[in-house]
Amino acid sequence: MAPESPGEDWSRLHPLSPLLRGGRLLAVVIAGLAGQGLRSPEVLGWLLGVGAPTAVLYAGVAWRTTRYRLTPTELQVRSGVLQRRDRRVPLARLQSVDVVRPLVGRVLGLAELRLEVAGGADTEAPLAYLADADAQRLRMRLLARAGAAGAGAGAAQADDDDEEAVLVTVPTGALVTSVLLSVPALLTLVVLLGVVPVGFLRPRAVPGLLATLTPLLLGTVSQGVRRLLSEYDFTVAESPDGLRLRHGLLETRAQTIPLDRVQAVRVVAPLLWRRRGWVRVEVDVAGYASGRGEQSTNTSALLPVGPEQLALALVDRVLRAPLPAADRPAPPAARWRAPLSARRLRVGLSDAHLVATSGVVTTTTDVVPLAKVQSLRLVQGPWQRRLGLASVTVDTAGRRLPRAVARHRGRDDAEALLEALTDGARRARRPKPMSAPR
Amino acid sequence: MPHDEPAWLGLDPALLRLRRWECLVVVGVPGLLGALAVGGLVGPVEGVAVLLAAAVLTGMSVVAATRRFTTWAYAEREDDLLLRRGVLVRRTSVVPYGRMQYVDVTAGPLDRRMGLAKVVLHTAAAATDAVLPGLATGEAERLRDRLAALGEARAAGV
Repeated sequence: MAPESPGEDWSRLHPLSPLLRGGRLLAVVIAGLAGQGLRSPEVLGWLLGVGAPTAVLYAGVAWRTTRYRLTPTELQVRSGVLQRRDRRVPLARLQSVDVVRPLVGRVLGLAELRLEVAGGADTEAPLAYLADADAQRLRMRLLARAGAAGAGAGAAQADDDDEEAVLVTVPTGALVTSVLLSVPALLTLVVLLGVVPVGFLRPRAVPGLLATLTPLLLGTVSQGVRRLLSEYDFTVAESPDGLRLRHGLLETRAQTIPLDRVQAVRVVAPLLWRRRGWVRVEVDVAGYASGRGEQSTNTSALLPVGPEQLALALVDRVLRAPLPAADRPAPPAARWRAPLSARRLRVGLSDAHLVATSGVVTTTTDVVPLAKVQSLRLVQGPWQRRLGLASVTVDTAGRRLPRAVARHRGRDDAEALLEALTDGARRARRPKPMSAPR
Repeated sequence: MPHDEPAWLGLDPALLRLRRWECLVVVGVPGLLGALAVGGLVGPVEGVAVLLAAAVLTGMSVVAATRRFTTWAYAEREDDLLLRRGVLVRRTSVVPYGRMQYVDVTAGPLDRRMGLAKVVLHTAAAATDAVLPGLATGEAERLRDRLAALGEARAAGV
């Protein structure tokens, strides 16, 4: 159904789309009403008898009036029943294209195309839904045209996923264990265990206690379940576009991380995982709106859990350069200001990257490519001044990882670090073959 | 700070006058009214005590505002803009020209009366806090034009 030549025929979305969209709309309405408490079965009957067909009918009309086509410079989508809309997405500003398969869509073989545009605030989802194969083909075409138009999305020469080299897959057992070995899960366990002695001493208080605790427990359990659903079968593969991530149980998502859009990388080593040597890698990519209206807690995870060696190798792949060693410790005076974590406050600087580690309970390693540094800061609070310390902060364009901080360095060291970072950032910015948008 | 000290420029003195007036109005006037109220209701001695306390507070706030004003400075270097501010917490910010996305020049009614304008620099990072709260309007516009030109010349993609 996708057009073979540019600017040719308009194409329609998959005919089952209205079913999905109407069905979703109906489900939302019903959920909303159920939340308010349906008084009578009459209303429900009325809703299903009249509301459902109306919704599907509306969606059907919307389907007939929705068309799309791909020109050499734009993706054009025409839609709208009452209010006509002509949306043109300039391919030169396209940053990424995702194929998303919702649960019901997977059963029917449908997928949705979501686009990220430079300078746009949100993800655009102009095409819902296409047949799976069509969605993949269109995605390849969009990326190819975007690359040709000079966007940062990367020119995809590969046509199928077989070209990808799978780097890492997270085994389900490890994922489950990592969710269980988290602070909320442990707290839940502790709380539940605490109910047992109460049961012995005052059995009558138990139901009331459980009722009070239920919202808290539900919250933690749902968070864990959401993580499991979202990170299920997490696969990282290398492709010409960058790194391709695939994950999800109910809704499988395929994300592409263009390597030159990476603003910052963070490696997190929580205390509970340290005995197993596991860490988590997060990455922040420019133009990736983290709030996609989904429940997933970590659209930024590059590796939700994995052994440290593997994670560091993956980080090296992402940075395309070896990670500098964080070998510059904080001065002894830092122990007065941060008695517990001073030992872990280390900094490393290479020609291309800044590394800063911190944290005792959860050791965090922040890496910022010097080419992505936006602004820099030297901050000295009153206690730091007395101790002869200062902190250096580097800001990035990332939303989840907006900065890296070198905390509690010696005053002169901090000034030298600021100078070195400023010079390094300027030199790293220099070679620019073309000025990419944003 | 660097090899050779950059040429630091301060904010416009009119801003200091504005800040001092603000201290008087915000701290001094309520203090005076409070002193009168207390003097009338409770007694002259207490009224004078409150008046003294108000005077001291006003004086302290004026001193604090003056110190804040004098430490705020900026310097145009070859590739970036330096900003320095803060009394208790001292901050020195570096904003490379090539990273500036846009420069805001704003002036409220009070600022306009005193011939002042506020300059705010924006980069792609939300955390960039490069603010010059009060420059002479002409200087603010000169700075904006110069930064815009330099920013375009050295623009780097994200």
